[in-house]
Amino acid sequence: MLVSAIVLLVLASDGSYRIYAFGNWQPPFGIVLVLDRLAALMLVLTAVLGLFCHIYASGGADKGNRQFHTLFLFQLTGLNIAFLTGDLFNLFVAFEVLLIASYGLLMHGGGTARTVPGLHYVTLNLVGSALFLIGIGIIYSVTGTLNMADLAVKIPQVTGNNLNLVKAGGMMLLVVFGLKAAILPLCFWLPKAYARATAPVAALFAVMTKVGIYAIVRVFPLIFGEGAGELANLGMDWLFPLALITLGMGVIGALGADSLKTLVAWQVIISVGTLLAPIALGSVAGLSAALFYLVSTTWTVAGLFLVSELVTSQRGLAGDSIVTAPKMRHRTFLSVLFLIGAVAAGGLPPLSGFFGKLMILQSVEPGVEMAWLWGVLLVGSFLTLIAYSRAGSIVFWWNVDGHQETPEPMNNRVSISTGILTCLTMLIVVLAGPISDYTRATAEQLHDNRGYINILQTPVHVPQSPLVEESN
Amino acid sequence: MELLFALVIGALTASGVYLLLRARTFPVIMGITLLSYGVNLFLFATGRLATGQQPVIGTSASYADPLPQALVLTAIVIGFAMTAFLVVLSLRNLADNENDHVDGQREETPPHRNKNGR
Repeated sequence: MLVSAIVLLVLASDGSYRIYAFGNWQPPFGIVLVLDRLAALMLVLTAVLGLFCHIYASGGADKGNRQFHTLFLFQLTGLNIAFLTGDLFNLFVAFEVLLIASYGLLMHGGGTARTVPGLHYVTLNLVGSALFLIGIGIIYSVTGTLNMADLAVKIPQVTGNNLNLVKAGGMMLLVVFGLKAAILPLCFWLPKAYARATAPVAALFAVMTKVGIYAIVRVFPLIFGEGAGELANLGMDWLFPLALITLGMGVIGALGADSLKTLVAWQVIISVGTLLAPIALGSVAGLSAALFYLVSTTWTVAGLFLVSELVTSQRGLAGDSIVTAPKMRHRTFLSVLFLIGAVAAGGLPPLSGFFGKLMILQSVEPGVEMAWLWGVLLVGSFLTLIAYSRAGSIVFWWNVDGHQETPEPMNNRVSISTGILTCLTMLIVVLAGPISDYTRATAEQLHDNRGYINILQTPVHVPQSPLVEESN
Repeated sequence: MELLFALVIGALTASGVYLLLRARTFPVIMGITLLSYGVNLFLFATGRLATGQQPVIGTSASYADPLPQALVLTAIVIGFAMTAFLVVLSLRNLADNENDHVDGQREETPPHRNKNGR
């Protein structure tokens, strides 16, 4: 799947839109899959993450549940449909596919600790789905279409009372995507659920919040972008302060975390806030910076989840709580990985988190927003560093005497996948030039929605010569 | 008919949301079920309410929009599966925590506070 995702990335990098129309219905009548730069980037991101999580999981975490691999692949399917679809209702279906798989994965391993957060997670997402349907219904009743390209054409033509209806529908979609992305008032389910899940699952979930962000980036600049007449930039003035507060909340949570996994789960929220702030400002540079940071932060956070699971397995009774414990085995290996992950997450040079944050900081134009963003982001990064150094020094350095009685052995699959995933952050630094070129091109492509609308005119291909290969 | 339809959707959604905010899992599941009924009816209404029309072009002077019907069908199927999963999950919660409180609280909370949740 990684291979096909990379092929698609290369295909998409020429900047054109490729579509695959189910049943050969001419868009906007049928459901289409649309491949562009953004979709391809997200596919590669997911494929890499999925590969390493899967290797990790096959190293022992999948025991006790025969359905684990099925659910895992099911989840990847849902993610890929969500990234490729060009239809609002199909996006809903994709969300449901990935959610039902994620419910199963979250429960994997069982135990009382997982039932309650799982119950919250499922309930919240069901309500989110209901809201999503209402939003879709409102928009459909006004515009008579669900194809995203067609919506981008129809929305500017909406007038009169219908304007308020579409506004309500659009804001509802924003709430739903915000729930998936875990923006502030909707983020409290996340730390508990993620911290209790098994490591490869939590690591895969690192991309789940990014689905929400992807949906915002996909739907809002396209449908409610500059060209949307009176509905232009709907909701974006709400998103910016919320993103900053989310960032602040995440930092506070990270400082107060009592275990490594909770710390990393709050890091997910920090990165959501960091990503959405420049997206809400809507400039090309901001979007490009956010996409760069998105790649970096997803892999980093996933790597950190895996590292904390390994630490847990090596510390016996102490688990992953941030307390002093006897010296663990493989301490050097794990602490180096943790250091790399923490440096990348906190945004210190020379790793990729630093470049991502730097690009975000550079992208804002001087003004009130700049002052807020710089202030919150820089103080937030500093406090995150404090949280990580506190956790790292207590877990790795402050050892008490004595030995672990039953250190579980680490097998190669587990350690290699964790190591590579964490070290991907270095690869991002090495390839920073090409990646940022790519994200800039992506952001420009997103900003100019004419190309996307043009897929309406694309003639549907004859069945014998498919224009594009499917990804899975 | 429009008014009646709107009132029914409103009542279903309102009672669904009210039940969702209860502290036991059973009312929560009932709430989600009612909410999804409301949503499904709402989706159905997005194709405009009309009687005696077929969703096929050419069979009558005007025709009903077939798309919302397809959407509702999908939404019903998905909603049913999700509700079933939620029921199993709350049974599991009941078995694990010997309590059907949504936060998995045990009985050590003072009795007068527990009454709030009923």
